[in-house]
Amino acid sequence: MTTVLKNVFDRPVSLKDVSTHFCPGCQHGTAHRLCAEAMDSLGVQQRAIGVASVGCSVFLYGYFDIDVVEAPHGRAPAVATGVKRVRKDDFVFTYQGDGDLAAIGTSEIIHAANRGEAISVIFVNNTTYGMTGGQMAPTTLPQQQTSTSPTGRNVASDGYPIRMAELLSGLEGVSYSCRVAVNNPKNIMAAGKAIEKAFRCQVEQGGFGFVEVLTTCPTNWGMNPLKANNRVAEEMIPYFPLGVFKDIAPMGQEV
Amino acid sequence: MKRLFVKGNEAVAMGALEAGCRYYFGYPITPQSDIPEYISREMPKLGGTFIQAESEIASINMLLGASACGVRAMTSSSSPGISLKQEGISYMAGSELPGLIVNICRSGPGLGGIDASQADYFQSVKGGGHGGYHIIVLAPHTVQEMYDLTMLAFDLADRYRMPAMLLGDAVVGQIKEALVPHPYQQPSDLPTKEWAVSGKQGRSDQRIVKSLFLGDGELEAHNWRLHAKYKQLQDNEVRCETEHVDDADLVVTAFGSAARIVKTAARMAREEGLKVGVIRPITLFPFPIATYQQAAQTVKKMLCVELNAGQMVEDVRLAVNGKVDVAFYGRPPGAGSLPTPEEILVQIKKHCG
Repeated sequence: MTTVLKNVFDRPVSLKDVSTHFCPGCQHGTAHRLCAEAMDSLGVQQRAIGVASVGCSVFLYGYFDIDVVEAPHGRAPAVATGVKRVRKDDFVFTYQGDGDLAAIGTSEIIHAANRGEAISVIFVNNTTYGMTGGQMAPTTLPQQQTSTSPTGRNVASDGYPIRMAELLSGLEGVSYSCRVAVNNPKNIMAAGKAIEKAFRCQVEQGGFGFVEVLTTCPTNWGMNPLKANNRVAEEMIPYFPLGVFKDIAPMGQEV
Repeated sequence: MKRLFVKGNEAVAMGALEAGCRYYFGYPITPQSDIPEYISREMPKLGGTFIQAESEIASINMLLGASACGVRAMTSSSSPGISLKQEGISYMAGSELPGLIVNICRSGPGLGGIDASQADYFQSVKGGGHGGYHIIVLAPHTVQEMYDLTMLAFDLADRYRMPAMLLGDAVVGQIKEALVPHPYQQPSDLPTKEWAVSGKQGRSDQRIVKSLFLGDGELEAHNWRLHAKYKQLQDNEVRCETEHVDDADLVVTAFGSAARIVKTAARMAREEGLKVGVIRPITLFPFPIATYQQAAQTVKKMLCVELNAGQMVEDVRLAVNGKVDVAFYGRPPGAGSLPTPEEILVQIKKHCG
């Protein structure tokens, strides 16, 4: 009897065979992999153009084996608009953190979404500015201590965490908007499907797709990876509920 | 070729479309809105893209994205809007991206006014954003030049892989005069854009357009390379108009709209027998240093006239390096502060004495 070996797990071709600079327990790596798997699945790696943002995700080009344009802080959706209007047949996505997208870049994301640009946006929400050392983000939870909210976020003066996936779902130009997490295998599977759906929405229908991914930042949260992972379920998901907030075809038909 | 009677702003738009620009990103602001209005009407006929962006910041970043794909693209604005674009211009300079930025300069600071001004000279030629860079700066003084220099700006931007700015103002933007449009002829030696992103399309290498360099020595080397290009521009691309400098006792120098007034005043002075010449820089960066140095060998004095309180005069003084005295005449811009030729003539007489 001969043994037939079947390959059941491999590195996506869209992902380079390198180690990342991410801290132990950081979930950028997981989110990167899901994006790469989705590009592989849709067969768009050879026509993919990524738009990198400012923050921990700036090294996009170091991990994805695709062409990349680096955008100024918060401006990735505008840069991606310029790219996509020129390269109409290419697959164009931005990958942005919460400070980038939900603070300095709110104008760019809202208007790119409202124009219904045929791009995909991956929004990584870890409730803090990671690269700069754990300052308060627009998504920092009430009472959460950060290096610029040392006594905890005071909603009376700092305002409330912004729920971007819900906010964008109210715009006519948005075809798909959802929030996922990567804190356990079940959620990772669902996150992968959501990212692929957002990408497919662009590739097959020319629609604007948005996926908010809840992730950890153990270093800046001052937690070990396990505790950080637990925080996603215990504190983040109650405030940032997982789910699909909009899912329509670009022409307005239900899919 | 037919002569047309058009506004300077329209000439910019016509020149851009003729030069093959098919992507425009902008935001309304006086006194340049004729440019997006013209392009929004004409661009679709050519199959191009016009986007009225949500802000100046978004429009410069759309330009960054389009330029990264290797196409000719542009934005236009006026002073307050150009301030907003400076972040993106710095990133484009750092990422070595060509592209045209038109500044139809108005008066400031702040909201200022909508009158002609040259108060953005420093911002334009010294690198208006962070990080110690330069961009190509061209200064048209007629409607015809608004057309011609728009085309040249695209060529220089592509040749040196850096942003180019057309620095006009409310006078050359809004004035209507004769334009002889002519077909664009692309220089045969423009480099191909091997760096432009396109999706890998089977290439083994990635194309990355970026301005972040963290490796030991990387950023310094990158900056030296940028500065080597600025030197090349200085050596090869200076453009300057001179009138009667050879026998002049006094050279009056001005760029853009101020040069229109100065040329009239200089002619009036010549009619009165005064030996007056004119130097008009067409490229503000690179600056015509050698022209000033040469003139400084023969003239007794120079007079720099600007529609501001004195900016280019600093570069003129640096160029002549004390060889001749460089006087200045200008008024901070605003309604009613545009000097007349007669006003300049008084200054000429004062300095010819």
